[in-house]
Amino acid sequence: MTCPDTHQSNGIGRSYAREAHVDTIGPLSEEGLVRLLDYKGARHDDVQFSPYAAHLTPDYLRSFWRDMTVLRAWDMEAMSLQRQGELGLWVQSYGQEAAQIGSGHALRAPDFVFPSYREHGVALTRGVDLPSILRIFRGLEHGSWVPDEHGFHLYTLVIGAHALHATGYAMGMDRDGLVASGNADNDGAVVCYFGDGATSQGDIAEAMTFASVNNAPVVFFCQNNQFAISESPTRQSNVPLADRAKGMGIPSVRVDGNDVVASHAVTQWALEHARSGNGPVFVEALTYRMGAHTTSDDPTRYRTREDEEYWAQRDPIARLTVYLEGIGELSDQFRDEVEAEAKALGVRTRETVRSWGKPQVMDMFEHVYSQPHASVDADRAWFDRFQKSFVDTEVQGS
Amino acid sequence: MSEATTTTMTMAAAINAGLRAAMERDPKVLLMGEDIGALGGVFRVTDGLHKDFGGDRVIDTPLAESGIVGTAIGLGMRGYRSVVEIQFEGFIFPAYNQITTQLAKMHYRSQGNITLPVVIRVPYAGGIGAIEHHSESPEALFAHTPGLRIFTPATPQDAYDGIQQAIASPDPVMFFEPKARYWDKGEVNTGAVASRLSDAAATLGISGARVAREGTDVTLVAYGPTVRLALQSAELAAQSGTSVEVIDLRSISPLDSDTVVKSAKKTGRVVVTHEAVTTYGVAAEVSARVTEQAFFHLHAPVLRVGGFHTPYPGAVFEHEYLPNIDRVLDAVDRVMTH
Repeated sequence: MTCPDTHQSNGIGRSYAREAHVDTIGPLSEEGLVRLLDYKGARHDDVQFSPYAAHLTPDYLRSFWRDMTVLRAWDMEAMSLQRQGELGLWVQSYGQEAAQIGSGHALRAPDFVFPSYREHGVALTRGVDLPSILRIFRGLEHGSWVPDEHGFHLYTLVIGAHALHATGYAMGMDRDGLVASGNADNDGAVVCYFGDGATSQGDIAEAMTFASVNNAPVVFFCQNNQFAISESPTRQSNVPLADRAKGMGIPSVRVDGNDVVASHAVTQWALEHARSGNGPVFVEALTYRMGAHTTSDDPTRYRTREDEEYWAQRDPIARLTVYLEGIGELSDQFRDEVEAEAKALGVRTRETVRSWGKPQVMDMFEHVYSQPHASVDADRAWFDRFQKSFVDTEVQGS
Repeated sequence: MSEATTTTMTMAAAINAGLRAAMERDPKVLLMGEDIGALGGVFRVTDGLHKDFGGDRVIDTPLAESGIVGTAIGLGMRGYRSVVEIQFEGFIFPAYNQITTQLAKMHYRSQGNITLPVVIRVPYAGGIGAIEHHSESPEALFAHTPGLRIFTPATPQDAYDGIQQAIASPDPVMFFEPKARYWDKGEVNTGAVASRLSDAAATLGISGARVAREGTDVTLVAYGPTVRLALQSAELAAQSGTSVEVIDLRSISPLDSDTVVKSAKKTGRVVVTHEAVTTYGVAAEVSARVTEQAFFHLHAPVLRVGGFHTPYPGAVFEHEYLPNIDRVLDAVDRVMTH
């Protein structure tokens, strides 16, 4: 497998760039983006990557559409819950559905994901029950699922730190004979998700270095959503982010992250590359964070309505809708089913979130260590006595 | 090893032998670090291990401390027990984020679903005439972080047993090696530790303090590089009629309050000495615990003898900067005459 030249335009990307976004060398450039489904709903061919989308039958694409639609509705539900005071914070995946659902569905059981904290769509593809994610944002705990059950690690909030864990994990998979084993069905790889801002972190650079020299089966999947909270990728880099991998000898590719077909195909290629023992790959998915950074953010201070409208026209779900409608593969009945599914998930999410009581306060002392530690034991014992010294102990839930 | 055998060896050789035993015992044990392979580490602590276990298990890593610890975490998630060598304590800070925000907190964050049996070996402390960043004592910066265990041997025996128990411990352990003591020799029983490597026994083995010398007038608390200093000071104090009990903390986290407090109640006078900067140091924690738990037994305030609130100075000043016998005995005199 050869490394595609990221500077060689495939002739599709450039025509969609409005003047303000024509940026021929920087990280917002659309040069070289792999795009198989454009924002008008038209399909395109790519010599290298179309074969990785050949299996995407209308059925398959409808399943993408369903997941993206349900994810967005659920995301909005979580947003409402935050506004109602049920969550302390919410971090939307709004706008990044194609990059996440497309790449997530390229994964198989032996693969393992290291997400950052916005990968709710990937979580969905890995079978994580979406409402459980909200336990973190309700402040009940810091991690709400068992990573090994889903091949999906906990969210990491320290930007880029998990890229090293992903690389170490991939080195472990290689040692365990799960790469290029001779039985392709058993082979696995690691996908590490992070954003444009993370590419400035030393840990990302170190992760690429370690992955490269160890030939580790890891796919670095950068969602360039164009914002590190308020900062543009032009504050992170003078060149496309995918180019960062070149100096490490890591093949990289830029893909239209709002195109679920291309996101899927490119990830499929990258995973096969890694699983078959060819080492790490860097994928940059150019997308757009349609929501705020978090519910504590105010994007009106740093971006224009015009910018938002430009990208709203490139909505990842809308273009798949247009395409499926155009080929007569999105029936009203199917849409009704998906709408009902999304509504049911919304209801279940509301009910679930509101049913969560406050955990036992003594739980905060659990799992600091796996074995007893005198400082934890002393603090726990003292606090327990302190709590019990109040007459309304039961009311406090201790 | 089934039979107990006793050998005289240096602390460096004891750690080397302990690493070898752990690697022979468990194929999941990996060594990772800079120059630990063919070179055997800048202090030769891993000498010969690369030759005998190969580059797949004694891994010369890229020169990136955060990367070493971060990948050790990922390997830990797959069941590997990485023993990471940080070449000198002054170079640990690129890994500080990985150690404190990730390694220390993963078990808690995952509600016990992920254990990370990572050991971070850190040659530390001064007295070797080195240039900047090669003589410091940053242990308190890590002791302040819940989720880490911190052990520092003062004898070859503790080094030999401790490194194996640190590796066997399911929790992350920082293993601070007093580099000025690397070449001190001592008797090492190489057989006894094998039966103390269960999760519980290994953890217990690196959790407690020991009374290194019994005494009745003053409790002198030390660890790592200052234990030898404390014993020398106690010997001199004895010649002038003061009986000093020396406690070797061994474990910085957890801190074995019981052993210290028991001694404090007996003597009523406590001096704590370490090389680290005194301000906000381990001695402050010991002092607070003694004050809380033995207040009415004290005849004098707890005194601290440690590094000054300056960066570690040029080597020409280090013997004035570091606790020495004169400064320790001065503190002993002050608690005796309070």
